[in-house]
Amino acid sequence: MPTLPIDCTVNGAATHLDVAPRTILADALRQDLGLTGTHVGCAHGSCGACTILLDGAAVRSCLMLAVQAAGHAITTIEGLSNPDALTPLQAAFRKHGALQCGFCTPGMIVTAHALLSANPDADADTIRDMLSGNLCRCTGYISIIEAVLDARAAYQEARA
Amino acid sequence: MKLPDFTYAAPTDLRGAISLLAADPAARALAGGQSLIPVLAFRLGAPSMLVDLSNIADLDKIEVNNARLRIGAMARWAAVAESPLVHTHHPLLRAAISHVAHYQVRNRGTIGGSLAHADPAAELAAVALACDATIIAQGPQGQRRIAVADFFCGALTTALTPAELVIALELPCMPTDLRWGFAEFARRRGDFALAGAVVHFSLDAAGAIINPHIAGIGASDRPRRLTAPETVLAGQAPSLAILRAAADVATAETDAADDLHGSAAYRRSLAGTMVLRALADACAITLP
Ligand SMILES: Cc1cc2nc3c(=O)[nH]c(=O)nc-3n(C[C@H](O)[C@H](O)[C@H](O)COP(=O)(O)OP(=O)(O)OC[C@H]3O[C@@H](n4cnc5c(N)ncnc54)[C@H](O)[C@@H]3O)c2cc1C
Ligand code: FES
Ligand code: FES
Repeated sequence: MPTLPIDCTVNGAATHLDVAPRTILADALRQDLGLTGTHVGCAHGSCGACTILLDGAAVRSCLMLAVQAAGHAITTIEGLSNPDALTPLQAAFRKHGALQCGFCTPGMIVTAHALLSANPDADADTIRDMLSGNLCRCTGYISIIEAVLDARAAYQEARA
Repeated sequence: MKLPDFTYAAPTDLRGAISLLAADPAARALAGGQSLIPVLAFRLGAPSMLVDLSNIADLDKIEVNNARLRIGAMARWAAVAESPLVHTHHPLLRAAISHVAHYQVRNRGTIGGSLAHADPAAELAAVALACDATIIAQGPQGQRRIAVADFFCGALTTALTPAELVIALELPCMPTDLRWGFAEFARRRGDFALAGAVVHFSLDAAGAIINPHIAGIGASDRPRRLTAPETVLAGQAPSLAILRAAADVATAETDAADDLHGSAAYRRSLAGTMVLRALADACAITLP
């Protein structure tokens, strides 16, 4: 099928893309924009590795067509890091050993960022519930929950 | 898998969407994409065109008129759960949504998509059945109101005609003294339930149950109202014994089949247990 032109914002930058209707957003981010931090584990909505922010809300980028990003603001894991220092979530994941192979990590961090931005006081149960859509085959989750609990302090401070 | 090829349109008005669907029987509506895109990724469908409903104004409104809560088809799970109107007028729906899928899926999935997809394990379908909801549909012939009892025809099958769209769901507002309960069992948090139950009823001045409504989730081939346990409960004072009696007939009334996840006997038994838990929740009775 012929491609369709779309304009959107990706990590703060105005971005133009020409995409085939069947291209999922995750593939457009990875292949057309080279933003390979967004991982594709299953490509059918089960694993959460492809989680991005769509106008600030955590969504699965394999369950969205790239054309549906037109007019919206996308933030990927690259947009949640900076070259100078680890972010609070990155530092907490490092401290707690909350990753082994790292495949699930971008999705975990994007989801946790959305959650803590909205609810910096989230308790362990809420964090477990909100991360239930992100699968990890390595860690057993405990270190991930501990890392997110630890990162709350920075989000509480940012709110204050 | 990569999705099959299709064309894409995002009309800005409902009539435009309906005429695109009417002109091409192989075109499909796209709402939140949380069921349809997996279907395409598994190559279980090959639509010629996707007609995206996201740009149609006002299709996601939530409002209350004449003691009825009306939720637009494109209202997303997260927006419905956070709506103050839903909080006030339908705590049962709000509780049910917390069991629908995961955080990320609730940020995209819509109530219209859930109704049209008609998964037998969809929580919304059971809430709609238990609450005598009305589905408002619009097609090339105009608008019509469909009683929920006539809407679900089987697994993934509804009374919608081709090119007809769900435009809203209407639920009677819950009286504040309505007793209600919800229970479901899924293997993992956010998964579709193996079985679940939605119940509500009122108590009369003497403390007896009146007007009990019960619907089952997941155990049958379609969302179903369970009338046998309703009959057992009507006119009785809530007690553990009467709740157990109702759960037993719910087990008998559930027509489960063997599948990948469990035997029919297990599903029936689980369905009864879920009715028991939902009733205990509604009666504030602690199960031993
Ligand atoms: C990992 C995962 C777990 C899930 N778990 C659950 C769960 O526990 N419980 C649950 O209920 N759901 C669950 N879902 C499904 C989810 O709730 C979907 O959002 C919902 O079923 C479909 O809504 P949608 O807006 O995404 O519809 P879409 O996927 O866009 O569409 C679904 C179907 O409905 C049609 N359609 C959409 N809108 C309309 C309309 N307005 N009129 C007519 N036809 C329409 C489409 O053509 C398509 O056939 C899960 C999904 C995923 C990915
Ligand atoms: S790649 Fe999107 S959920 Fe698995
Ligand atoms: S660290 Fe390997 S999948 Fe999570």
